[in-house]
Amino acid sequence: MNYNWNWGIFFQPNPMGTGTYLDMLLSGLVLTLKTAALAWIIALITGSLVGVMRTLPSKGANWFGFAYVEFFRNMPLLVQLFLWFFVLPELLPKGAGTWLKQLPNAPFWTAAIGIGFFMSARVAVQLQAGIGSLPRGQKMAATALGLTTAQGYRYVLLPMAFRIILPPLTSEFLNTIKNTAVAITIGLLELTGQARSMQEFSFQVFEAFTAATILYLLVNAVVVTAMRFLERWVAIPGYITGK
Amino acid sequence: MAQELTGTLKNIKDTGAITLGFRDSSIPFSYLDDNQKPVGFAMDICYKIVDAVTKELKLDKLEVKLNPVTSATRIPLMANGTIDLECGSTTNNAERQKQVAFTNTHFLTASRYVFKKSSGLKSIDDLKGKTVVSTAGTTNIKQLTEANVAKGLGANIIPAKDHAEAFLMVETDRAVAFVMDDILLASLVAGSKSPGDYEISKDAFSKPEPYGIMLRKDDAAFKKVVDAATAALYTSGEAQKIYDKWFTQKIPPKGLNLNTPISAELKNEFAKPLDSPNPDDYK
Repeated sequence: MNYNWNWGIFFQPNPMGTGTYLDMLLSGLVLTLKTAALAWIIALITGSLVGVMRTLPSKGANWFGFAYVEFFRNMPLLVQLFLWFFVLPELLPKGAGTWLKQLPNAPFWTAAIGIGFFMSARVAVQLQAGIGSLPRGQKMAATALGLTTAQGYRYVLLPMAFRIILPPLTSEFLNTIKNTAVAITIGLLELTGQARSMQEFSFQVFEAFTAATILYLLVNAVVVTAMRFLERWVAIPGYITGK
Repeated sequence: MAQELTGTLKNIKDTGAITLGFRDSSIPFSYLDDNQKPVGFAMDICYKIVDAVTKELKLDKLEVKLNPVTSATRIPLMANGTIDLECGSTTNNAERQKQVAFTNTHFLTASRYVFKKSSGLKSIDDLKGKTVVSTAGTTNIKQLTEANVAKGLGANIIPAKDHAEAFLMVETDRAVAFVMDDILLASLVAGSKSPGDYEISKDAFSKPEPYGIMLRKDDAAFKKVVDAATAALYTSGEAQKIYDKWFTQKIPPKGLNLNTPISAELKNEFAKPLDSPNPDDYK
């Protein structure tokens, strides 16, 4: 191996004039966190709605839920982001397309929303499985108590289903954070993008990606720990998810 | 052979093979033609270096292995010994010299911008308040950022993943201009759907910067052979012939012609070959 290791590189000024190379990576990390947070909120809300739709008695709602999931689940995320960013504005009427292209921070919004929808299909499937795993008697008991369908979901089914699927949802949240790395293809300089920039500027490839790896691991360790606490906090003794 | 062989030369002698790293789309320096074979200006120079190495080591035959590299993989592959030379369009600068070595400069390029004629840009000042794209991690985006501050342009700079994507941003009107090495812009325009729609600025963001063929650092014996081979080629008339073949005539796969006659600076450098990373040394 003929490689000139230089761990001091992080404290040297970066060529962009925005402080040191470490500052560059940290600004990428901030963007990664912002994108992941917004994407996760979108994924949870739309994913929950679609997941519920897939378990409703209504044929139409079932069909919509099915079509939604298949659309967002069957295309690689990279392709989806490319479609939203480069292709969609060309398909719209000229005025609307130009407006979309001129939006400030377009790469950020496209990435957050695109990743949000992609992940929402996965959340929907998880929630559907969670609801499906409850004994059929739960739904009947809710109806017998005089609860409407909406109330049955709100007070009986969803509180149980969400507790059951918390562990897989943790994985999905981690996936959301990792998937933000794909946003470099539409010009978002998140953590992976900044690591690549650092490698191009300084040719210190291994240092740049070691730092990015450690930052991703740290963030994900924080998320896992927080989710553990949440699981414990919402656990109900005597249920399958409680101790 | 009076002395023991070391480093790359020893490896080449022991294995009977030399490995060239090539790029898949750095037109016309190093790219894949219609037979998926790497060709280009830098590849031709590398083959001349291979001839010189064969002679130096007194070998009858030297096997040439070809290994594709990208901007991201060229350093690790050079460091771990997978490739011995990187034949492409890598900018030789002081920062990078801490990690690798470069032989004599084979091209000089300044940072300019490409724009659609319909947008009516004339100078760098016309970029005021506009959205401008450049490729992340390049010296070009650095120069653009500096000019943005120095001239108070207030331009919105977006980084793109690679050159093709950056050009697409101009093509689809997401950005009015793309700042990059002028020769790379020329090849992007020549290969685009309607080359007549685009123009490359007269204004430059930088002095011409050198491209060099990259080799491992701290391997004086090998560098000496490579430097001697490139110097001999550039000072003979042959370099001009190879230059014309790639820059002023039709090139594969589509028969494009870049129409870029040799610049005065590069002519001077060919007469007096240099491996300096400093643009000021190329007058």
